[in-house]
Amino acid sequence: MTDKTEQIRIVLAKLGLDGHDRGIKVVARMLRDAGMEVIYLGLRQTTDSIVAAVEQEDADVVGLSMHNAGHLTLAPAMVEALRQGDIDVPLIVGGIVPDADVEALEQAGVAAILGPGASAEEVVATVRSVVSEA
Amino acid sequence: MSDANDDPQQRWQAAYDASKLRDVPFETMSGVPVDAVYGDGPYPGEYPFTRGIHASMYRSRLWTMRMFAGFGTAEDTNGRFKELLGAGGTGLSTAFDMPTLMGRDSDSPWSLGEVGRAGVAIDTLSDMEDLFADIDLAGVSTSMTINGPAATALAMYLSVAEKNGVARSQLGGTIQNDILKEYQAQKEYIYPPRPSMRIVTDMVRFTTAEMPRWNPVSISGYHIREAGATAAEELAFTLANGFAYVEAALAAGEDVDTFGKRLSFFFNSHSDFFEEIGKFRAARRIWARWMKERYGATDERAMLCRFHTQTAGVSLTAQQPEINIARVAIQALAGALGGTQSLHTDSYDEALALPSDKAARIALRTQQIVAHETGVVNVADPLGGAPFIEWMTDEMERQAEDVFAKLDDMGNGSILEGVYAGIENGYFVGEIADSAYRFEREVNAGRRIIVGVNGFTDGDDGEANLLRIDQATEDYQRKRLDTVKRERNQVAVDESLASLTAAATDTNTNLMPPIIEAVRTYATLEEVAMAMEQVFGTYVEKAIV
Repeated sequence: MTDKTEQIRIVLAKLGLDGHDRGIKVVARMLRDAGMEVIYLGLRQTTDSIVAAVEQEDADVVGLSMHNAGHLTLAPAMVEALRQGDIDVPLIVGGIVPDADVEALEQAGVAAILGPGASAEEVVATVRSVVSEA
Repeated sequence: MSDANDDPQQRWQAAYDASKLRDVPFETMSGVPVDAVYGDGPYPGEYPFTRGIHASMYRSRLWTMRMFAGFGTAEDTNGRFKELLGAGGTGLSTAFDMPTLMGRDSDSPWSLGEVGRAGVAIDTLSDMEDLFADIDLAGVSTSMTINGPAATALAMYLSVAEKNGVARSQLGGTIQNDILKEYQAQKEYIYPPRPSMRIVTDMVRFTTAEMPRWNPVSISGYHIREAGATAAEELAFTLANGFAYVEAALAAGEDVDTFGKRLSFFFNSHSDFFEEIGKFRAARRIWARWMKERYGATDERAMLCRFHTQTAGVSLTAQQPEINIARVAIQALAGALGGTQSLHTDSYDEALALPSDKAARIALRTQQIVAHETGVVNVADPLGGAPFIEWMTDEMERQAEDVFAKLDDMGNGSILEGVYAGIENGYFVGEIADSAYRFEREVNAGRRIIVGVNGFTDGDDGEANLLRIDQATEDYQRKRLDTVKRERNQVAVDESLASLTAAATDTNTNLMPPIIEAVRTYATLEEVAMAMEQVFGTYVEKAIV
């Protein structure tokens, strides 16, 4: 169980080739302003580099941003990589995820999905909630 | 002493009279005839071109209705191209998928999940042949939105044309090839900035010599704005990048009056109507003045800021997507009033996916309404002279000049070096991220209302029918690539790639000819990219929030 009084540590990354980083940078600042420790890995990360960072940083949660319609392939691959690495931290996906894909991602083990237009309050509340449930 | 050339109005009249006009009535819907221009000089078509690049503007020629399209396989996109041409589109604009934009083949591990998703997948010349099958390349103008591997895409395009008997000199179009904004905003780079600039300069030299109708760089603010920049930052960073390309070409010994004519621009049209129009007008004035005064252009055509406009994808909401049609109409109108040379109107469903056929058609119809029903095309720069528009134009210019002064200082008197410095020290990405966050906080605090998002949220009845690209596309494309690789002459491929690597080590060799040789052997996009990467290395951005 995570002690909620401790500062949440979140790893944020762009997985794969997608270069749309406006959203994830805004989210990084929102979370930092809400008092979280944000470790932003940047662009062109692999599932391996993210797993390594989560371990090294002792992160509580991972957030990926996806804008290139690769989420149905990449998000499950990330969940699987965390599982393979025996890392029990929840994965949040943000970006462009059509409603029709939400269920598939949840079934694949994605803890939460944040769509376009999510407010800072929603983003912060979602991160806190998936961390406390983990 | 006085003759006609001393009087600006007579000079404008002479230029107007010499222009070929469209055969339509230049009058209001109610039959009131209107003049071709109102107000004072400098008139449209006259330095510094604040009011437009032609004396007669849209009375002679409407903007090119150029709809960006690309998805799935080359055959899929070829079908969309033919539909758009059939529906009255007058130019093609190609969207490539992410692996292609990053110089990766469809069978690369990096490409997993991304093949054909956000644009069309191109691995070899064979795909480019299918992409433009049954399209008369001498008769259309084609835009290709690609940067890191731009030289390879251009080499493939001209090879397809030549295989079909169309000479490269006949080809009209534009390749984006604006690598500087990749480091600032779009992030689709392969090599570090300096070797990338060499490729751009080689392409400018090659097209200037061999493809006189081709625009070798489309200096793009679009992505800078989408990434979060303000209108003035978009204007300033874009024109600064333009100055950087000019300085690089001058340093390579090219003639400013020759290559200057082939440079074109690409701007965003966002929702703040007058700010956008002021931005477009300021862009023309600044560019003309800098080209003339700082870079010594004497041919007026080398001072023209000709630009393509696209409505703001980032303004589209996933909530109540149909209302995006209204946003796009307003943004398109700003582009027309700003004097754009071509326009892409976004589809209402693009916050969620690539456009569906229906949404793409409505988007094209939207700009056709602006062109044919509103009457704004009858008068050049119809808002010119209005105090607010003139003030806004001046204000955009003033803010941009502040940025140029900063970059000039960072580069010790060279904008090119200033831009390199700003990329290396995080200036551009920092400014853009600050502006994006400022905007987001204002929306979050309710100081700005985005209809359907933080105001007027009732009535969201969910998503329209979205275009879906399924996994089968990726599997199909990989098989295709495998077949091409098996059927090609591997010895020829290896030799051509070795020659390309050798050319990369010698800065006096233009890279275009060896790249053309390589693509003709059906070397893949990634193989060509790697042949140069061995010499140039790769670029990794520092992760700064």
